[in-house]
Amino acid sequence: MPDLGRAALVTSFLLLVYALVAGSYAAWKGRRRLAESAQNALIASFGATAVAAAVLLGALARHDFSFQYVADHTSRELPLGYTLTAFWGGQEGSLLLWLLVLCGYSVAAVLTARRAGRDILAWVVPTLGLVGTFFAVLLVFVASPFATQAATADGAGLNPSLQNPYMAVHPPMLYLGYVGLTIPFAFAMGALLARRTDERWIVATRRWTLAAWAFLGFGQLLGAHWAYVEIGWGGYYAWDPVENAALMPWLAATAFLHSVMIQEKRGMLKVWNVLLVVLAFCLSLFGTFLTRSGIIQSIHSFTQSSIGPWFLGFICVITAGSLALVFARLPLLRAKTRLESLVSREATFLYNNLLLVALSLTILWGVVYPILSEAVTGEAASVSKPYYNFFLHSFGLPLLLLMGIGPLVAWRRASLRALGRTFLWPLTAAIAAGVALLAAGAGSSRVGVIAYTFSVFVLASIVLEFARGTSARKALGGVGWAGAFSSLIARNRRRYGGYVVHAAIVLLAIGVAGSSAYETVREARLQKGESMSVAGDRLVFRGYETALESNHRAIRALVDVYRGGEYLGRYKPGKNQYFAEDQVSNEVSIRHDWLTGGDLFLIADQVNSDGSIDLKALQKPLVNLIWLAGFVFLGGSLIALWPDAREERRLAERYAGATVRI
Amino acid sequence: MSVALVVGAVLAVACVLLVALPFLREPRTRDDRLGRPDELEQRRLALAEERDRALAALKELEFDHRTGKVSDEDYRELVGPLRHRAAEALRALDLRAAAQPAAEPAADEVHG
Repeated sequence: MPDLGRAALVTSFLLLVYALVAGSYAAWKGRRRLAESAQNALIASFGATAVAAAVLLGALARHDFSFQYVADHTSRELPLGYTLTAFWGGQEGSLLLWLLVLCGYSVAAVLTARRAGRDILAWVVPTLGLVGTFFAVLLVFVASPFATQAATADGAGLNPSLQNPYMAVHPPMLYLGYVGLTIPFAFAMGALLARRTDERWIVATRRWTLAAWAFLGFGQLLGAHWAYVEIGWGGYYAWDPVENAALMPWLAATAFLHSVMIQEKRGMLKVWNVLLVVLAFCLSLFGTFLTRSGIIQSIHSFTQSSIGPWFLGFICVITAGSLALVFARLPLLRAKTRLESLVSREATFLYNNLLLVALSLTILWGVVYPILSEAVTGEAASVSKPYYNFFLHSFGLPLLLLMGIGPLVAWRRASLRALGRTFLWPLTAAIAAGVALLAAGAGSSRVGVIAYTFSVFVLASIVLEFARGTSARKALGGVGWAGAFSSLIARNRRRYGGYVVHAAIVLLAIGVAGSSAYETVREARLQKGESMSVAGDRLVFRGYETALESNHRAIRALVDVYRGGEYLGRYKPGKNQYFAEDQVSNEVSIRHDWLTGGDLFLIADQVNSDGSIDLKALQKPLVNLIWLAGFVFLGGSLIALWPDAREERRLAERYAGATVRI
Repeated sequence: MSVALVVGAVLAVACVLLVALPFLREPRTRDDRLGRPDELEQRRLALAEERDRALAALKELEFDHRTGKVSDEDYRELVGPLRHRAAEALRALDLRAAAQPAAEPAADEVHG
């Protein structure tokens, strides 16, 4: 079977090379049948890659330890679910997943790109072929998942922190996001290569960009929750380079989703939009490079990593090639219109773009600086939490404020009188909230109070936007309040879906501010029967219990929680000792308070031989709003993604050359 | 091993057939050119985009006015030029359509 996997990958590689070479020639010379043939090669590469993926999955399911990959990442005692998710638990499997998702996206995007125009599509195919070829080269020549060995009796097992249900959804979700950003990149490059600077590439990739962005955003929240419940340090985001790897392209894609609206509405920012697409794609490649090259732990592991230099080279080629192409097409990309006023909706989008890109690039610098400094000086410099927090506050808080200002400002320009009218209620609500928070003693964190005040402002402006819109729609007559509300959303799904996403970001901001700025942490060594207090809760240590599971031994501390004399329940933080992996994992215990949105988070830091425990307890106010934000984010994204029949008809008329109804 | 061989062979043949399909379906063709919109078609598309932008801007302005984001004065000042822009784009498209009454949409625009 490894031969079949290898053969399938080689077939996929050859097909992608054909899509690249024949596709480029066909697009250059204008050969229709050759262009169709290259497109078919791209489609066939998906089939070949799927066969390779099926072979690896089969080997995992059979515990076929003659596959080096299977032996390195699974063991006989590993439950079947985790055995299968080990597909993306290691480098080679992750690269195979990248290629599989890329080929799948490519087929779907190319087959549904009716609006793109054949001349653009002819260049999209080789661009996708180029990216696919790179990953196929890695899989065939550098990091094959089908390397074989003499079959061992058992495997090395899977890293315990990967033995979590989130393993099944978080990595695929992130990959759908990372890889999905290839589609807008390929269409943008296709349009530039075809010398077409109209909106066709934007129309063709609108949904793909939004879907990739939604996957990447939701995937990060899943990852944050995974870290929260599994890693056992009491947080959900540590500004780790691997976490930043996903955040950077997401921020760039967020900027693009906003600025592309200005191009659609005003015909402006064409160069900026193409640059954002290039930036988002390059950052997604860089993110994969960071995660997969092993460069993060130490610059010296770079030489040990087989794929690091390849990735670096490819990123350089893509960046240089894309920028050269944009530069060559600059005369075609000039806008005919200008910003009319610095106080307008498009101006707020522009400010939001600058802040998002600035935040993305400062995070990039924070990730790159230690690598560069170690390469130059030989000593690793660390960029830690204060650096990131400073820029998060400097750029993130104004971004939060802009989310509230944007909806209240009209397109083109806004007069002071109109601004006064639209700002009145959100501003009043925000000031009232700020004063109330200070009166309630929340002033211990200035950033927290600012974040909450801004959040109230944004929420008030969103509610007002829905209320005024519904009222205006109802005033047109013929519908009641409910009908006016649903018609309001149905007629502009992207805008109102976007507002729902904004509400999700506000929930996220409230959750992050609450759980970080107002967190309480207590640590104590407790003997059996002793207690400690944390933010009003009394924790009594009652002893240990142990259990033997199929692949690990579990030890749990028994902690009874009381609030004001009332018994709230028994919680069991502890540790797991994994046999095959010879590793110990922290297993936290969390008490959710659904009424306040806060958590009591318990960590058994140390299980001592004298029967005592080093217990760490954290009270994290409002932390559950972060996870709620994930669902709201998903809902808003779905509203924005939902097909709009009216818009479809309008585009069909535009691109078919028929007359349009006014 | 034999199953793997058969699956591998079927996969390779299927891929080759799929790639060769455009040439197998049309071994000879009088027109193998990849459809590219000419100058006129690109101009029409630019006008159609301009028309859609102007009409969308008018709708936005109406809505912003109704929801109180645009004052009466600003509305009166902005609506004229926008209507003029939309009318110009529509007129240009109509003139073009009248000049080419029998013109069919380019092949790639329909099937691409």
